[in-house]
Amino acid sequence: MTTKTLRTAGGLSVRYAPRGALSVLGLLVLTLAGAVVLVGTGDFPMTPGEVVDTLLGAGTPVQEFAVMQIRLPRVLVAVLVGAALAVGGAVFQSISRNPLGSPDVIGFGQGATVGALTVIVLFQGSAAAAAGGAVVGGLVTGAAIYLLAWKKGVHGYRLVLVGIGAAAMLTSVIHYLITKANLVDATRATVWMTGSLDGRDWAQFWPLLTVCCVLLPLVLGHGRALRMLEMGDDAAYALGVKVERTRILLMASAVLLVAVATSAAGPIVFVSLSAPQLARRLTRTPGPNLGASALMGSVLLLAADWLATNAFGERQLPVGVVTGILGGCYLLWLLVTERKAGRI
Amino acid sequence: MTTHKNNGSTGMDGQRQERRGRQRLGAEAVTLAYEQRVIARDLSVEIPDHSFTVIVGPNACGKSTLLRALSRMLKPAQGRVLLDGESIHSLPAKKVAKTLGLLPQSSIAPDGITVADLVARGRYPHQGLLRQWSPEDERIVQESMAATGVAELAERFVDELSGGQRQRVWIAMALAQQTPLLLLDEPTTYLDIQHQIDILDLCAELHETQGRTLVAVLHDLNHAARYATHLIAVRGGEVVAEGPPSQVVTAELVEKVFGLRCQVIDDPETGTPLVVPAGRQARSRRPAPAPEPAAAEAPAPRPEPALGK
Repeated sequence: MTTKTLRTAGGLSVRYAPRGALSVLGLLVLTLAGAVVLVGTGDFPMTPGEVVDTLLGAGTPVQEFAVMQIRLPRVLVAVLVGAALAVGGAVFQSISRNPLGSPDVIGFGQGATVGALTVIVLFQGSAAAAAGGAVVGGLVTGAAIYLLAWKKGVHGYRLVLVGIGAAAMLTSVIHYLITKANLVDATRATVWMTGSLDGRDWAQFWPLLTVCCVLLPLVLGHGRALRMLEMGDDAAYALGVKVERTRILLMASAVLLVAVATSAAGPIVFVSLSAPQLARRLTRTPGPNLGASALMGSVLLLAADWLATNAFGERQLPVGVVTGILGGCYLLWLLVTERKAGRI
Repeated sequence: MTTHKNNGSTGMDGQRQERRGRQRLGAEAVTLAYEQRVIARDLSVEIPDHSFTVIVGPNACGKSTLLRALSRMLKPAQGRVLLDGESIHSLPAKKVAKTLGLLPQSSIAPDGITVADLVARGRYPHQGLLRQWSPEDERIVQESMAATGVAELAERFVDELSGGQRQRVWIAMALAQQTPLLLLDEPTTYLDIQHQIDILDLCAELHETQGRTLVAVLHDLNHAARYATHLIAVRGGEVVAEGPPSQVVTAELVEKVFGLRCQVIDDPETGTPLVVPAGRQARSRRPAPAPEPAAAEAPAPRPEPALGK
C-alpha cells in the first residue's frame, strides 16, 4: 500500500499518502519562508531575522511601519489570492477532467474583468466598487457558463468548449469597454487588468480572508466526494455521493473564490491552471490534491511577485505580467505533452 | 423444459403476487422516461433475494433503463422503486450505497491510480471525514481483491491492465462496498469471449459463495440462460416472461422477444437451455436451392493465391 493511516483510540482515522503529506509540509514551509523573504524585500530591505522580530513586535518604529502597514498586507493578499485561485482551478480541472478546464481559460477571469471595467468605465466607480463589480462579473459568468454547459449534468468537454467561447466573447467586450473609456478611466482599467499586488493593504485583505475562511474548509471537506466524482457520475452515485449537489456546491465555491481573488488583485492568469498540475506532479497522488494545490498557488504567486519586483532591476513589473509569461510557457508545454499522450 | 407459455406465465403471476413486497428490491408500477421519451410504462418487477437475476431483451427494449431505475440512477416519472420496503429515492444516498452496489457500464479510472487504491474507494459509503480508514476497511479491500483474483496486481497502475483485468478490478471495488445487492450493467461488454466467461464465472462464484443478490443486464441470451437463476425477459418496456431459465427460455419465447426463429436444446456442458438460431434458408423460407450457391462459392477463393503471388 502506498498510503498510511493515522488512527486514534476513539476509532477516528485519517488516511494519507506519505509523499503527499511530505509535499504539503514542504510547501507550507516554502510559503512561510517566501512570505518572510518577500516582506523583507523592497526599497527598504530587511533581513529575514529582522522581519520575524518585527512581526513578533520587537522592531524599530520604521520597520514596524514598513512591515505592518505596507508589506505584510500585500504579502498576505498574495498568499490568499494564490490559494484561492489554485483551489478554484483544482476544482474545475477535476470536474471537467481536463487541465484546460481551469477558470482562467474558461472565462471566469474575463468575466470578473468585464464586471470591474463596467464599473470603472461606465460608472467611474471607486476601487472598492470595481472590486465588487469584479465579484458580480465572475459570478454571473460562472452561472451563465454552467447553464450553457448543463446537459443532464456538466460534462468536461462541453464546459471547456463553452468556457473558451465565453472567454472570447468577454475579451471583445473588454476591448469595447476600453475604446469607450476616456483617457483617465482607460488607464485605470488597463492597470486593473494587468493584475498586480502593488498598493494592496488591509482593506483588500479582510474581505478576502473572510471568504477564504468560509470556502476553503468547505471545499477541502468535499475533497473526498470530488475524488469519487472523477470516476464518472454513475460510479460516484453508486458509492453514495450526491453527485449534482456536490458539483454545484463545489463549482459555486470555486467561482466565488476566483472572483474574490480577482477582485482583490486583478486577473492574475495561469495560477489556477498551473498550480494544481504542479501540485499533482509533486505529490504523485491521483485526485484533485486540493491542499497541496492551495499551497502551491501561494508559493507560485509569492515567487512571481518576488520576480516581478526584483528580477528586472529598476523597472518593476506587475505580477500579472510575470505569471502570464511563465504560465504561457507552461500552457504550451502542457498542450504538447497532452497531445503526445493523446488526450487532446 | 418445454413448459407451455400460458401455464408458465399464469403460474408465475401467482408466484409474483405471493412474493410481492417481500423481496428487498423491486419496482412498483414505474414509468421510466428520458425527458419526454417514455421507455416503459407501468412496469413492475421484483428481484428474488439471493438470486442471480439476469435481464435480457433486444436492443433498446428498456433493460438497461430498468437497471438504472433499480439502482436509482434514473428517477421514475411515476411509481417507485422499493428497497427494503421504502422508496429508494427517499433514502439517504450513503445508506442506499451500503445496501445496493452498482457496476456502471463505463467508469473512468483516475490517472495514475493503483489497483489497491481504486478498490479502496469502494469503502467510501462506510467512511467519513474523520473515519477514513479502519482496520475493517483494510481487511475487506484485501478480501475483495482476493475474491476477484487481482490481489497480486494490487500495486499496479489500473491504466496498465488489460480489459479483463480492469473489469475484475471494478468488480472488486463494487465488492468492497459490501452490499448484499449488486447490480451489473452489461459487465461483459467489450471483452473477449474468454474474459466474458471468466467474468460470468466470477459472478456465479460470488453469488454462490457470498450469498449476494446479483442483478445483471446481459446481451448474450446463452450466457444469461447458463448463469442466471432467475431470468427477466423484456421487450418494448414490458416484462414478457420471468422465472428460472429452464422454464423461460423456449423457442416460442425467443421468437416473441427477439423475433428470432431458433431451436432450444440442452447445453451439453451444463444442461441449461441453449439457443441455436435457425439456419439461413429456414429463416428466409426459400425452397432449397442450397447446394448451388455453396458450389458456386467454392471456386471463388481460387484466384486468391494467384493474386498473392
